[in-house]
Amino acid sequence: MSVFTIEAGLALLGLALLLLEAFKPGISRQTLGLTAIVGTTLALVLFIFAPHDSASQPGFIQPWHQLDSLALFYKGFALVITILVLWLTLQCAPYLTRYTVDGKLAEMFSLPLIVCAGMMWMASARDLVTVFVALELVTVSFYVLVAFARKSAFSLEAGVKYLILGALSTGVLVYGIAWIYGATGTMSFEGIAKALANPATSKTTALFGAAVLLCGLGFKVAAAPFHMWVPDVYQGAPTPVTAFLSVGSKAAGFVVLTRALDAFLVEGSIIGSEIQALLLVVGSLTVLLGSLPAMFQTSVKRLLAYSSISHAGYLLLALACRESARFDLSSGGVVAFYLATYLPMTVLGFLGLGLMRANGLGEELKDFTGLAKRNPLLALLMTLSFASLAGLPLTAGFLGKLFVFLGLADHGYWGALSCAVIAAAAGFYYYFKTILAMYTTEGTDVPALTFSFPARAVAGALALAILILGVYPKPLQGVLTSDRAAVVAK
Amino acid sequence: MSVLELIIALPLLAALAVWLGAPARAASLGATFINLILVFYTAVQYWGKTGLAFTYSRPILENPSLSFAVGADGISLILALLTTLVMLAAIWQIEDRPPIFYVSSLLIGGGALGAFLTTDVFFIYGFHELALIPTFLMIALHGRAEPAQRKAVAWKATIYLGAGSLVLLAGLVWLVLEFSGGSKLTFDLEALRNQATLTPLPAAKQAQIFFVLLLGFGSLVSLFPFHSWAAPAYATAPTPVAMLHSGVLKKFGLYGLIRIALPLLPQGAHVEWVQNALLLMLLGNILVMGLVTIHASRLDDTLANSSVMHMGYIFLGIAAGTEIALKGAVILMFAHGISIALLFGLCGRMRNQLGTLEYNKLGGLATHAPAFTVLFAFGAFASIGLPGLTNFAGEVMIFLGNFTDFKVGVLTNLQWTVILALWGVVMSAVYMLRAFRSIFHGSPATGLFMIDPAFSQRVPFILLATTLLVTGCCPWLLLNLMKSAL
Repeated sequence: MSVFTIEAGLALLGLALLLLEAFKPGISRQTLGLTAIVGTTLALVLFIFAPHDSASQPGFIQPWHQLDSLALFYKGFALVITILVLWLTLQCAPYLTRYTVDGKLAEMFSLPLIVCAGMMWMASARDLVTVFVALELVTVSFYVLVAFARKSAFSLEAGVKYLILGALSTGVLVYGIAWIYGATGTMSFEGIAKALANPATSKTTALFGAAVLLCGLGFKVAAAPFHMWVPDVYQGAPTPVTAFLSVGSKAAGFVVLTRALDAFLVEGSIIGSEIQALLLVVGSLTVLLGSLPAMFQTSVKRLLAYSSISHAGYLLLALACRESARFDLSSGGVVAFYLATYLPMTVLGFLGLGLMRANGLGEELKDFTGLAKRNPLLALLMTLSFASLAGLPLTAGFLGKLFVFLGLADHGYWGALSCAVIAAAAGFYYYFKTILAMYTTEGTDVPALTFSFPARAVAGALALAILILGVYPKPLQGVLTSDRAAVVAK
Repeated sequence: MSVLELIIALPLLAALAVWLGAPARAASLGATFINLILVFYTAVQYWGKTGLAFTYSRPILENPSLSFAVGADGISLILALLTTLVMLAAIWQIEDRPPIFYVSSLLIGGGALGAFLTTDVFFIYGFHELALIPTFLMIALHGRAEPAQRKAVAWKATIYLGAGSLVLLAGLVWLVLEFSGGSKLTFDLEALRNQATLTPLPAAKQAQIFFVLLLGFGSLVSLFPFHSWAAPAYATAPTPVAMLHSGVLKKFGLYGLIRIALPLLPQGAHVEWVQNALLLMLLGNILVMGLVTIHASRLDDTLANSSVMHMGYIFLGIAAGTEIALKGAVILMFAHGISIALLFGLCGRMRNQLGTLEYNKLGGLATHAPAFTVLFAFGAFASIGLPGLTNFAGEVMIFLGNFTDFKVGVLTNLQWTVILALWGVVMSAVYMLRAFRSIFHGSPATGLFMIDPAFSQRVPFILLATTLLVTGCCPWLLLNLMKSAL
């Protein structure tokens, strides 16, 4: 079974679940949720054993669809995060249904599948049209998901903000694509790279198009100064959706950015140095504007939103560092690595938030007070998640940051490096503020919290992933560099 | 698999087990005791050898090359011995405390062991950070002050140590970039060392990197003027944390300078501006902090400040850089760790029983607690530098090590510094003897009553005091572990 068939099948399964819910109203959410999870897991298993070369794809799709190591990595990534989000939705269902119309959750189980199919397709995109279609498939589904808790004013507010800004950024993105087409006469990344390496191409037109395109994508990945929507949307959206936005949607944005920048910054590109400078400036701004306001947040969910902005900044800085002979990972590889470490720690954080919410607690810092006493295991796991987000050595988060810092230092981008270091220091402050609250015991005479065995098992597995990636990243590096090894072998 | 991996893993696994509900005291003491035996056995195995031993490497990343590499030479083994001894004492003396006390002690100790016994810069740095977290949490949560105040103290320490760690990380990354050779970035200390001997940097550049590392490692060791976090942190910290941090974890910065900075940048410390800066800073530690310590009116303040002050001598050994001074510095690191842990342990006991540590409220404790008094005397006299206890051996070697190139009539800056630093010994005598007199001598103060701890509670302190006496009378026990040239 080819990878493309799996993607199409996933989208069809999403549609089927949607119709099933519409025509068979009595169906329980447990059945729907489990079907979606089993279906996605099956897709993951099939994907792992499917042939991983482009030639195995149906012929009609080959001009638009590629399967390099980056695409394969992001496809697996999308499947894993979707399974986790579906599962988290099921866990949070009892409290989520209080805010939905008729107490139903059907689309919460079908839309993620469609998003997943979109993200998988986007990872393989070879031209801007495919990128655009896939990106819209993802974004439009997210408009619904963010506003899903319709009886909650916050969720509605988040939905409206996300819709307006998302639509605006889509417009900007299309405008950028049009200019690039005007400058290069092609939509495919390969063609764009070739045209940009040609000195005869109009530099101003290409540069304007590329900059506008990057602005559009900047909205999607929450790069400064287009990051303003993130705190409100993340805070208002249902927690599983926030986790999905923060990990899945961000990864999708970065896959496109990686592909686009590989074209813009191709060897001998006429707009290379300008785009690189732009990336450094935007990246530096983003880490600072994410980290510094985060220090003053009292809601942990909002804090995670700001931290997600700052993580986007590190990723942008990683993209600004092009290949280095002293480094086995390309800049796209570093981004993929960073995102792979970002997945377990972020999902674990949101999982903890969701579980606490399902137990009747809020998302404020004060709700974390005394968590260590109420449930030592959850406190330990959340500590690990926050410590890793802060970038504590021996956890997965440190390696990602270290690669970014090493890359910046190796290229001599000292200004950006200092911004990144300041942001990392601020990060230590706000994450440890939260950790400290969990272990504070004064004045907390609250009952113990208990969680089901599957909840503990999933949280434990994510924590284990953080530790293993933190001390044994070799296999992951192997996955990300398989292409390069093959190229060297040839 | 190397025995060192077991030594590092044991306390961390025990901490996890205790956190998840294993019997706290039994599990922690058992793990620590086994660990002490393992380290002792390893040291005996190493006896008389030179160079790095018990090495084992597990690559975790190819390029940049990272590996979980363990290995020990004499210095690491001496510090591992120090760690396990202090850990055993610190855990043993815990009484009626929640499991988090055991967990954090095990984590601090385990982190320190990891930092001392691994040979990959990535893990050396990582394990030290791991040990800082519980220190911070314990001061903020269980410190001996009002919640707002102890949180402030904890944040102050964390900000200094965090900023110091970032500067340190910058310095280490700089080293990695300079010494990785042309092709591939490596974090392996041995590989970096080989490259450093193969293609040494010009002295001026060495000086720059050395200075960054000095600031980074220095703030972790409370080098003047980056010291102001240390005294309040130790005075506030719960007893086992104070023992472990001031006794063991603080030595990490010094260990890093001796193990990483000096071998890679042999000329860096001797470039004039770096050396003068270091000498000024360490004089700040010895003389300024000496005077501050004399001014203290409570035992915990005295101990906390004296612990900052004594770091100055070890920096003096590093500044001299001669073989004998460096070995003296290592011995003093060991001696200071044991003696300050002993004093903080006893001080914590006094605070629990008496409720106060102010000199003008204390007095005459010797009457009813003779054994306690003797144990305290060991710590106090070791701290002053009485011959026969380990600290003396270390200090003398450092002082003499500065005069190896002595010419009559010509004193170098280093030697002038030694002459000034000697006054610190006088100050130590003043404040320690005064503390001893006002606590233990005289007639018992009204309302304060303290008896000797039961024998089982004396064991950890006897262990530390005996160590001071044995290694003080026979410093060659430690010196034989450091046969290879530094």
